[in-house]
Amino acid sequence: MCLGIPGQILEIVDDPNSIAKVVVSGVKRHISIALVRPEGIAPGDWVLIHVGFAMSKINENEAHETMKALYTMGNIFSDELQMLQESQIE
Amino acid sequence: MSMKFVDEYRDPELAKHVSAEIARLSGDQPLKFMEVCGGHTHTIYKHGIEDVLPPNIDLIHGPGCPVCVLPMGRIDDAIAIARKEGIIFTTFGDMMRVPGSHGSLLDAKANGADVRFVYSPLDAYKLARQNPDRQVVFFAIGFETTAPSTAVTLLRAKAEGIKNFSIFCNHVTIIPAMKAILDSPDLRLDGFIGAGHVSMVIGMRPYNFVARDHQKPVVIAGFEPLDIIQSIYMLVKQLNEGRTEIENQYARVVRPEGNVKALQAMAQTMELRPFFEWRGLGFITHSALKLRSDFADWDAELRFEVPGLRVADPKACQCGEVLKGVIKPWECKVFGTACTPETPIGTCMVSPEGACAAYYSYGRFSMASERNRLHVLPITQ
Repeated sequence: MCLGIPGQILEIVDDPNSIAKVVVSGVKRHISIALVRPEGIAPGDWVLIHVGFAMSKINENEAHETMKALYTMGNIFSDELQMLQESQIE
Repeated sequence: MSMKFVDEYRDPELAKHVSAEIARLSGDQPLKFMEVCGGHTHTIYKHGIEDVLPPNIDLIHGPGCPVCVLPMGRIDDAIAIARKEGIIFTTFGDMMRVPGSHGSLLDAKANGADVRFVYSPLDAYKLARQNPDRQVVFFAIGFETTAPSTAVTLLRAKAEGIKNFSIFCNHVTIIPAMKAILDSPDLRLDGFIGAGHVSMVIGMRPYNFVARDHQKPVVIAGFEPLDIIQSIYMLVKQLNEGRTEIENQYARVVRPEGNVKALQAMAQTMELRPFFEWRGLGFITHSALKLRSDFADWDAELRFEVPGLRVADPKACQCGEVLKGVIKPWECKVFGTACTPETPIGTCMVSPEGACAAYYSYGRFSMASERNRLHVLPITQ
């Protein structure tokens, strides 16, 4: 919950509700980008995701670094990643 | 010292170099720095950061884990709602095993309550749309990192007129907890490692009082081991140069103004509670959030009868002192014996971000180095 997971925006699937499809370590999921729209969000951008919401736009470097680091976090990260994979946000 | 690649963030040589700098700048002056973020606590123990630091640096684990600070009475209220007829009670996974006075949400689920863990409040909201004849309740916990997600979900529920959805709001705010820690007589801190992702939302300004009123530095840190070590270096450098400022080591994610849209969403849907009980810290004024009156139709506390009792922690549990940093996890009487991740008595052992759980999983293995530092324990080498 506190860690946050980086993901790359693929496409915006529900503009009025700010729902976008992202890929997170190979898994495609829907998240909300409502909280980062002011920064201008477009496919290809990287974001830090907390509980299904993009909270901050990050650069690609930061995303890869965070991702690699998270893998060493063991179960606290794999649990969060697994829960994100089960999430069905629309 | 900009860091580009994760290997750089984890390079042990760099860590030793920075640690040597910390030792040089701080001499042998004992310094206590508190982190107020469960993610930091976890990283510190997972990567044995205390073992890399010079012995005069003491990291104190503060009330930064939202699961840990929630008092038992609120767990009982959550379970009371979950047991009601027709309810689908949704919660983050961490909260399932937190002990209430009569078992946990997981136990309630085993006894027939429809309790489901969700990754996001939007998952809970989707359940409400899919089950119009059921009442779906979301157990909202967390600091300012997660409160905006609850806020956006609420705004959408109101806009779409979905009324079988409600929030049991337990969001807490970081600043009053830091203020309570600074005001408490039994703790003398020399600075704070600022919560990285809370600051992503609230920005840097809310921490100004720590430097202005208490003359203590704050450095907002990222979650890599070297982020934390560099932040400690920046704290020691400030003290060495007689400065007390709010610095941002995590500038790659945290902007000085924070996330304005997130703050707006929170302001539209939530307001400060006059007071709220924190486990270990007692009642703190203006330290938690509740739904504004124009969202009363989505407020589970108004919609459902809850006991609302103040329940004291079990006698043996010293989570309160651990959360205030007055004792270390291994100084608690039941740590590792009666209280383990499998049989948690207190909240600090339940959540992986709790100091006791993190210490139990990782820190214990550097116990030898810990014991060398514990002056109270005679070290028979």
